Amino acid sequence: MEQQKFKTVGIGVTFSPNLKANLYESARLTLMYGCKLVLIHIGDPSEEKEAKFKEILAPFQSQGLTFEVVFNTGEPVTAILQTVAEKKIDLLILGALKREKFLKYYMGSIARKITRKASCSVLLLINPSVERVPCKHVVVNGLEHEKTKEAIAAAFFVAHALESERITIVEEIKQQEIAVAINDDKSLRKATLKKEKLRRREDSRIRKLLDAIPEIQRKNISINMQPIFGKRGYSIGHYALVARADLLVMNAPEKTGFWDRLFPHDIEYILSELPTDLLIIQ
Amino acid sequence: MSPKKDTSKSFFKALPKNIFSGFVVSLVALPLGLGLAMASEAPPIAGIIAAVVGGIVVSILGGSHITITGPGNGLVGVLLVAITTLGLEGAYAAIICSGVLLMILGLLRMGALADFFPSSAIQGMLAAIGLIILGKQFHIMLANKLTFDNSFDYLLAIPETISGIFKYQNMGLLYAAFAGIISLAIMVLHSKVRNKYFQLIPAPMWLVLLSIGFSYYYELVLKMPNPIAPAYMLSGIPTANEIVSQIPTPNFSLFFGMPFWTSVIAITLVSSIESLLSIKAVDQLDPQKRRSNVNRDLKALGLATVGSGFLGGLNVVTVIARSSVNANNGGTNRSANFSHAVFLVIFIVLFATQLTRIPLPALMAILVYTGYKLASPKLIRKIFSVGKEQLIIFFTTLFVTLFVDIITGIVAGVLVTLLIHAFINKGVSFFLKNILKPNVLMYHENNAKGNYYISVKHFCTFLNYFRLKQKLQAIPESEDVVLDFSLCHFVDHTVMENLHGYQEVFLKRGGHFELIGLDLHDTKSEHPFALRRLIPGLGLLTKNLTKRQGALQEIALKYNMHYEAESAENTYFLDSFKYFSIKHIDHVYNRLFNSEKTFKLFDVDYSEGEFIAKENVHTTMLHIELEDEIPAFTLDREGFLERVYAFAGFKDIPIVNHTDFSKRFYLLGENEFEIQAFFQDELVRFFESNPYYHVESNGNALLVFDKERIAGVKEIKALYDFGKRLHEVISEKEIVVFD
Repeated sequence: MEQQKFKTVGIGVTFSPNLKANLYESARLTLMYGCKLVLIHIGDPSEEKEAKFKEILAPFQSQGLTFEVVFNTGEPVTAILQTVAEKKIDLLILGALKREKFLKYYMGSIARKITRKASCSVLLLINPSVERVPCKHVVVNGLEHEKTKEAIAAAFFVAHALESERITIVEEIKQQEIAVAINDDKSLRKATLKKEKLRRREDSRIRKLLDAIPEIQRKNISINMQPIFGKRGYSIGHYALVARADLLVMNAPEKTGFWDRLFPHDIEYILSELPTDLLIIQ
Repeated sequence: MSPKKDTSKSFFKALPKNIFSGFVVSLVALPLGLGLAMASEAPPIAGIIAAVVGGIVVSILGGSHITITGPGNGLVGVLLVAITTLGLEGAYAAIICSGVLLMILGLLRMGALADFFPSSAIQGMLAAIGLIILGKQFHIMLANKLTFDNSFDYLLAIPETISGIFKYQNMGLLYAAFAGIISLAIMVLHSKVRNKYFQLIPAPMWLVLLSIGFSYYYELVLKMPNPIAPAYMLSGIPTANEIVSQIPTPNFSLFFGMPFWTSVIAITLVSSIESLLSIKAVDQLDPQKRRSNVNRDLKALGLATVGSGFLGGLNVVTVIARSSVNANNGGTNRSANFSHAVFLVIFIVLFATQLTRIPLPALMAILVYTGYKLASPKLIRKIFSVGKEQLIIFFTTLFVTLFVDIITGIVAGVLVTLLIHAFINKGVSFFLKNILKPNVLMYHENNAKGNYYISVKHFCTFLNYFRLKQKLQAIPESEDVVLDFSLCHFVDHTVMENLHGYQEVFLKRGGHFELIGLDLHDTKSEHPFALRRLIPGLGLLTKNLTKRQGALQEIALKYNMHYEAESAENTYFLDSFKYFSIKHIDHVYNRLFNSEKTFKLFDVDYSEGEFIAKENVHTTMLHIELEDEIPAFTLDREGFLERVYAFAGFKDIPIVNHTDFSKRFYLLGENEFEIQAFFQDELVRFFESNPYYHVESNGNALLVFDKERIAGVKEIKALYDFGKRLHEVISEKEIVVFD
């Protein structure tokens, strides 16, 4: 499972009021994961800017942080993605606005576009802060999907690194799978039994996935499983909000196009209403 | 969810009870059916045909349990329009088409249709229908038949008609008006008289019996013609043979015209809303706490309407007043509906000619009372207490319905509601953005308690209530539910009202339903609906104590108890008693209790039945919590009525060696052997040697009361004394058993 570790962490930086908080968050994470940090800035290179970054990151350098600043020009999305590929970044950190405006959603913000196109894992921070806020509760999806195994493994890796207390694996079960229309007591009973059956099936599937997690990462973490019947993607975001999760780990989306954004599903739902910090595993 | 039972066996066991209940319901249905049909200007028999066809078809194919089907009062307004614009044959065609539409609604599983309308708008529509009925029939009730174009003119003419009585020269008219006034008085006062024998016959049947008796008195005793003007006597009741030979042919020639389809849509809209609301209300009255299959019921109602239309009958809908009569008389399954139809057929076959002895004003008094109940000032006060904006919605719908028509009225109600919501939330973008989102999350929490948790995001109004309802429907009512609105910015009155209904159902069926996350909404002025819904029933009692309350305070001091005059909303402790299984508890007040709250004396307000059959009762009761479990039973004095009930299959449990006790007392309960073992000599002797009380046990508490009215100070003392000694006898008995 050691290969699960992220080796290079990238962060897109601009001179926004959030700059310090974003840098602090990513520097802390890089240290905890024990890897290298790459700052990507879209704009002309200058000594002044680099000095500014160095100044902010100075407290972390003493703790052993290695980092590098990359300047690139051009259209932000392509430029960042290009750097990601060049520097072999495997985790890209982006600061996101928590709730974007109605119209902006259709045009797509930079962070969002990158999220959709990136070939590496992406961490969206909704609430970066200079002080460390402990990550207590990690929620990860348990969809029946080939990528789920990696997402769960990554969730445990991160939870272990961040010393989280709790991991909840949410199995989203499609409403259609119940296939019983509830009309009266009889059909309600039938539906309830069917749900119980589905829940057991899902639980045993997840348990198999859990067996693959190294013992050391599972230690000191309480593991919950929560089946949810509802709209895929949307309900897990809602759950993360309700359960006050600090980090939500999801599978990377399949290719999405214009229609998917117009009629959102899966990850698009979460992107439109980011409930918490979101880690998308590629 | 109850375990599976041997259905056919329990069906036959409950059959006599249901036939009895069906009989009582038919006593209400006969005069109501005649009156409703006449109010819609259809031949009177059309109402009976609808009830018969509805009773037979829906009882066989329907999906609800204790509902009664027949001609509905809500439809009077729309049918009146249909008959005047399309003619009677054309209206039958419209009824048939609306039946088909209703079936389609059922097939498309549109049982949630009624949820898409704001509840204040629905109430406004129903009130308008009530005023249409009341306005038109009031004049006939006072023997002053008028014809206007606009339903509002009828209302304006009411004072003139009342003063007109004093100017009648024709004695026949005067007698007719008297018949109307007396009938109205009976309708109003019937529920106030708590006498078992008087109540056994429903008010509408009293009118029928009294007027037929009056007519015979003149014919046989005084040998004089009936003094009521012949023009105001019920006419045109065909015999059974004539009904069969005179089946009208529906006229479909207007099928491609606009007026035809406006009528069809209006009829379908009102009949589906009336049926769905009734089914929802009746489900709460079901003593066996079953859930109705709404979509199946819609299909059956549609089919029954088609059949009724072809046979010359009106629309078939689920009706609330008759269904509640059914619940009150022990109806437990659909055979009650079936037998109500059969009894109606028997009445028509045997007594068709007798019905012409009923004066029209008597029948119209029933309708005037119905109309009044639909639009009563009490209802308006209730809506006002929820919020002023609800009154705007209510009155907009009401007036547009009165002046234009029902469809425009309900559309106006929906539009006004949307406007108000937009105003409160300062814009529509909030609604547009979130309306398509699946905003409800429900899951079964994986913890020890295993309760259901529901969280609602964004907003929850009549527009998207169906999503929440879908989730709620999937939860067995015996479970615990927590509904969290903390992520929801706006909750409207329609949703709160519906949730209140769910809360009651969950409580009655052993579950628990809790609303959380609305506390924050209180502080924001943006949420008047939520805010006002949560504190209903205030202002009931003033600070000044009445004389009786003063006396109660003294009693409290004397017996070392606490006294609180304020009303308490917490009435859960009464829900598990069988006596309350088909009643709505309003609140308890004037409470006397000991410091452990195990011994409580209180006044309770509750209601029985719905709509025109609704009876509000205030009673003083005693509630004693027991230390040990005892079998659940009900004990009351044996009277003539109980013997009648026994005939209909209600079983009295005999106690061996105490024939006198068994003769004097009426003992009911599920577990016969345990109860027989429990009623040993000492307890039996206690009951024999003490005054009669209604005593009921739910397993771990006793409920004791005397009459169904507020007790006087002396009676309270007697009740206290009785309860105290009964408690002693029962606790001593436990000790004996444990030794």
